[in-house]
Amino acid sequence: MLRTLPAPQNATPQQPQPQPQQAQQAQQQWQSAPQVDTYVSPIPITKTHLGHALTSEWTKLRSVRSTMWTLGVMLALVLGIGTLIGIVAASADLDLDGASAIGLGSFGILLGMLCVMTLGVLTIGSEYGTGMIRTTTTACPSRSRILAAKSIVFFALVFVVTTLAAALVAALQTAMVEGASATGEEWLRGTVGVGLFVATLGLLSLAVGALVRHSAGAITIMIGVVLLPLVLAMFMFSKSMADLQLFLLQYAVPSQLIAFYGDSVAGGTGPTGWEPLWIMIGLTAVALGAAFLTTETRDV
Amino acid sequence: MIELEGLTKRYGEKVAVNHLTFTVRPGVVTGFLGPNGAGKSTTMRMLLGLDHPTAGDVRIDGRHYEQIRHPLKYIGALLDAKAMHGGRSAFNHLLCLAQSNGIPKSRVAEVLDTVGLTAVARKKAKGFSLGMGQRLGIAGALLGDPQILMFDEPVNGLDPEGIHWIRNLMKGLAAQGRTVFVSSHLMSEMALTADHLVVIGQGRLLADTSMADFIRENSRSYVRLRSPQQERLRDVLGQAGVPAVEAGSGILEVDGARSELIGELAAEHHLVLHELSPQQASLEEAFMQLTAESVEYHAHSDTGPPDTNGWAGGTGTEAVSGGGWGEQWAREQRKRKAGG
Repeated sequence: MLRTLPAPQNATPQQPQPQPQQAQQAQQQWQSAPQVDTYVSPIPITKTHLGHALTSEWTKLRSVRSTMWTLGVMLALVLGIGTLIGIVAASADLDLDGASAIGLGSFGILLGMLCVMTLGVLTIGSEYGTGMIRTTTTACPSRSRILAAKSIVFFALVFVVTTLAAALVAALQTAMVEGASATGEEWLRGTVGVGLFVATLGLLSLAVGALVRHSAGAITIMIGVVLLPLVLAMFMFSKSMADLQLFLLQYAVPSQLIAFYGDSVAGGTGPTGWEPLWIMIGLTAVALGAAFLTTETRDV
Repeated sequence: MIELEGLTKRYGEKVAVNHLTFTVRPGVVTGFLGPNGAGKSTTMRMLLGLDHPTAGDVRIDGRHYEQIRHPLKYIGALLDAKAMHGGRSAFNHLLCLAQSNGIPKSRVAEVLDTVGLTAVARKKAKGFSLGMGQRLGIAGALLGDPQILMFDEPVNGLDPEGIHWIRNLMKGLAAQGRTVFVSSHLMSEMALTADHLVVIGQGRLLADTSMADFIRENSRSYVRLRSPQQERLRDVLGQAGVPAVEAGSGILEVDGARSELIGELAAEHHLVLHELSPQQASLEEAFMQLTAESVEYHAHSDTGPPDTNGWAGGTGTEAVSGGGWGEQWAREQRKRKAGG
């Protein structure tokens, strides 16, 4: 407790100031106090490290409403659509053609992905939008540490939430819809794998947010990255562009997610197995690397 | 101790901070004064490592800001009241700052109490008035109980009681042996709080002096005299013990003396006076004179004499040369008529 600061004891917003007399008394105290050369605080000095930045970023992430909103909507979409598809598929006696029911979960995740992208951008973009970044950078002068802490906290949160949601939907759908029993690897990919894939995509959004420093701009870019390849492919009627069209169809982010669940979108030459995850990690590493490089040299 | 050495910041063609060199010493309140756009905030941002200097160096006790491992316990800074996420509560805003520097959570409640925001600790910052935002910013600066404090225009948006509070707070902090560096564009405000004064204009250093010296030099009262019998008048005044100083173009100035006394002296000796006027140079005027050449944004006024209380037309040289909004258009119209 610092006795020397003029602390109004029962302050209210209506009268938040200390009474003038109190302030004067406090000042007399200061003046009568022996003059010291430099002030030494009673608060112990601790060297800061990444751990401090991590707890700080976790507080930031959980104390704003956008986190609740985006992750809440994502959960609602993934679980809601997953359950709905399960009910429809079960009542229609859907023939899965020898595949397991886990693949049905991809539709909910596809939409939930958009929420994660928004949250990823907002995690860093809102700091620039509100001016909070100046306070943050003052408290932690290492910008790389700030970016690292944000990335780790955001990735961990999204990974856990997405994996749990995907696992819940997979369990529901395999219970409701008759199909081939899923292998261990299919289960792993449909839960932990999807969690990693979506969290990595979120991290890519965070990196784009750090590069663009403007929330609306970064979200638009990310929506473009996800949807534009499919839209473009739809308009490539010409024969000469057939190869490009096929590439876009197979490697667009939604196609990769579906492929990740085991169904190839357009023919068998696209990414299969764990490949989509490696592609996404590669892309994100490049964007995040650029973000780390530029953040140290740019003015806040 | 904050040391600036040839600090320069250039944005393209525009030089925001131009070769600044001065020192901020501990134990006193150092006022950092300059008109709007003089480069005060840019200087403070470079000090905190937010902006990179184009040239020169700024060190805090010999170190760059980035090299300080526990920044909030070393420097507390209030940059602007709105440098926070509006959706976060005051408590959580301070909590995340405290956590990033390993400051105990209990300290958050303490500083909230200090600035008088305890009652609204759980309210979102976006609902705060400018004054409350300013208080929350000051709470953030005090969080680490640092030895150096930096406030950028802290009285902005505060009510008179709040201004009184922040003045006492700053004086108290300096009396404890801390370094206090505070910027303002109000000379009158600085005269009440600062012990030392650094004045800049258009990024250049204009003055680096103690407040007492600045007041002594600039806030003098004197009597201005004009007389066709200047030599005799000087002798008479000299004999009466009120020496007059020649101030150019036939004007004599007598420091401190009462105008009544001079008038009576002149009458006694049958001297003709063309002017006898008591003058008082205010600190605000002295400051405006100092920065007149370097005021960044002139307001153009075409009504009445230049406003001596604000920046508008403070120089009296360029801004008041007539012409309002339509002047440019009217001139072009005339030109067109003359041509056609």
